[in-house]
Amino acid sequence: MSTQAAIVGVGWAGFRPVTPEASYKELMYEAAEAAYADAGFDPRTDVDSFVTVAEDFHEGTSIFDEYVPDQLGAAGRPVHTITGDGLHGLAAAVMQILTGRFRIVVVEGHSKASNILTLPEITAYAMDPVLNRPLGAHPLALAGLEASRYLHETGTSRAHCAAVAAKNRRNALRHPSAAYGADVSAEQVLAAETVASPLGRLEISEPADGAIVMVLAAAEAARTLSAHPIWVRGVGWATDSPTLESRQWARALYAERAAAMAYRMAGIAAPADAIQFAEVDDTYAYKELQHLEALGLCQAAQAGPMTADGATQPGGRLPVNVSGGSLGGGHLLEAAGLARALEVVLQLRGQAGARQLHHITTGLAQSWRGVPTASGAVAVLSASPDGRTT
Amino acid sequence: MSTRRVAVVGAGMTRFVRRALETPKELAWQAARMALDSCGLTLADVDAVCIGSAPEAFDGVHMKGEYLADGSGAWGKPVMRSYVGGGTGVFLGAHGWYHVASGLFDVVLVVAEEKMSSYVPHPQAAFLTIFDHTTERPLGPNLLWIFALEMNRYMHTYGISKRDIAQVAVKNKRNAADHPAALLGDASITVDDVLNSEVLAWPVQRLDVSPVSDGAVAVVMASERAAQRITDRPVWVQGVGWNLDTAYWTNRDLAYPEYVERAARMAYDMAGVREPRKEIHIVEPYDPFDYKECHHLEGLLLADRGKAPELVAHGVTLRHGSMPSCPSGGLLGVGNPIAAAGLMKIAEVFWQLRGEAGARQVPGRPERGLAQAWGDLMQVGTVVILGTQKPA
Repeated sequence: MSTQAAIVGVGWAGFRPVTPEASYKELMYEAAEAAYADAGFDPRTDVDSFVTVAEDFHEGTSIFDEYVPDQLGAAGRPVHTITGDGLHGLAAAVMQILTGRFRIVVVEGHSKASNILTLPEITAYAMDPVLNRPLGAHPLALAGLEASRYLHETGTSRAHCAAVAAKNRRNALRHPSAAYGADVSAEQVLAAETVASPLGRLEISEPADGAIVMVLAAAEAARTLSAHPIWVRGVGWATDSPTLESRQWARALYAERAAAMAYRMAGIAAPADAIQFAEVDDTYAYKELQHLEALGLCQAAQAGPMTADGATQPGGRLPVNVSGGSLGGGHLLEAAGLARALEVVLQLRGQAGARQLHHITTGLAQSWRGVPTASGAVAVLSASPDGRTT
Repeated sequence: MSTRRVAVVGAGMTRFVRRALETPKELAWQAARMALDSCGLTLADVDAVCIGSAPEAFDGVHMKGEYLADGSGAWGKPVMRSYVGGGTGVFLGAHGWYHVASGLFDVVLVVAEEKMSSYVPHPQAAFLTIFDHTTERPLGPNLLWIFALEMNRYMHTYGISKRDIAQVAVKNKRNAADHPAALLGDASITVDDVLNSEVLAWPVQRLDVSPVSDGAVAVVMASERAAQRITDRPVWVQGVGWNLDTAYWTNRDLAYPEYVERAARMAYDMAGVREPRKEIHIVEPYDPFDYKECHHLEGLLLADRGKAPELVAHGVTLRHGSMPSCPSGGLLGVGNPIAAAGLMKIAEVFWQLRGEAGARQVPGRPERGLAQAWGDLMQVGTVVILGTQKPA
């Protein structure tokens, strides 16, 4: 069952800090056109269902699915929104295919963050309106609190976090679509101004504009449509408590649960052996470390030291965020998880250009919904249905 | 590959009220608790949670699905919120269905919550933000205006009178008098009451429209194996369908909802329904306005185009008629907390097919019912068909 859906087409537009020349509709159209060309079909006749991910307050429009079908070639077809991350949308598409009643499903995610004049204020509207919002905390203050707790409980140092930020921004220099590539050192990251203690300016991802479209197909159609289908072997998603007062602050419990679900579906018992590279959420530098531990890709409290040793560099034992992640590529709001999955697909297809990894068959993509949530998703992708060398 | 069978095994709903004192989380919790209690389950039995809620602009809460997660029983679980505007509540039936039919989950808790009263002075103003930011918002439109356009077009195309349509409001508000959770049930309302009510945007008058409401509804959906363990009277999901038309609603002929027909055909095809007028025994079409029930009965192929008002005039869609429509009282009578109102329609079909609808029970042991919702810019149709017979 776990090998019945595969990604057969990908397309993207961006990613750039601002895109004054294109509307969100034009970004979506550009990504969709590329994905359909990649998959080699006509969306108006060959797609059974479309899933889009969006949040109204990011769009500045209520009921955003209204404005989705036209530029996707989806008017008059089954289309619905998941108000989640792109990996939630991917999981919804996988579920539809696994029912046996959908042959081809398209997933779309996008960010027009540059249209949002007051992103921190919008994010603050996600806090509980009765208990938390009146306190007036800036969203980054919550991230700072969580970072403090994570560093305290695991003994991770700020230098470890700085190593993540430097690695990802440098990785992004080899990604032509990344928005924030920079040749910075860990020392420079540590020297940057503190924004919300202990988070420094360069440990916080900046938003970017872009759109990503993926085409998923059931096994038989996937083999017909693509010479290199990328198999979705497992998906998982979960939330810890949305209430700030009653959640795990040091551990990313949502990522632990989501990963356990995805590994179970993929038949993976020893993830640290099975996962050869990972694209994980790095909205803030410490999140990459916290997530690697939650995903079972290293021992508890070891992600920092492992990063300092270079194990997560592109040439290391477990390359992490070779794409540059959100720190280097830009944070794509609801499309952030699709950006992680996109890189895994390109790497597994051997289409990652200057940043191509070698001898890989299985990778993992993971997302987090950002402050103030404790919610995220995981996808395990392989170049072959069982994850073995093809 | 055969599709895994999915059943509805429990349902619960809060009262629909004008202004709930509970927070959105608390409303969701109440409905979820009732749904679980109705089938003897606890949260420990729930594998995943599906949430539905319409615009965050009502509550002023960003990422409303995340906010609602713990109230909806999703703490520590996989949870997703799906969203197609006013179509959300019935779409949730499809969303829960594909969670279970995928084989990934055996028991899924489906929760719809809406709290419109947080928006002051009136949530109608929030609807300004559903319009195109460039071409429409500068005109200052609201929903009543565009539905007035649609109602006019429908009446004009087929020569239908206001009196014909008002009978739908009377039927539904009378039906709702028997619903313990209803906001606007009225056993003695007359057509003249509707025709004499305040004009909001001609031809729409106050009693042609469903009220702004707060409330929550939840249902429990289960795989065949789990359903048979939970209950000896599962109600099976026989078909689901959804369809989203272009955003350019001004380019559509508003007399007929093509998108509803396409959603219905998708669901009928899955359910193996060839002659819907014979095979659908009860129907809960979306009725935020009285003319919409007529519009939707036609889109569902349950009435000829322009002829749906005759069904109510001839008694066909009354609770004791041959095809009861909105036996619950619908949005016009029970209330319209948007996503919750849609899921209420699925819950009503569930209760009717189980013979548990109390004073609202339709006679004749119905075996198959249909719930439908609609939303966005007169643009989306969502359909769920439930039945007592196990799907092939």
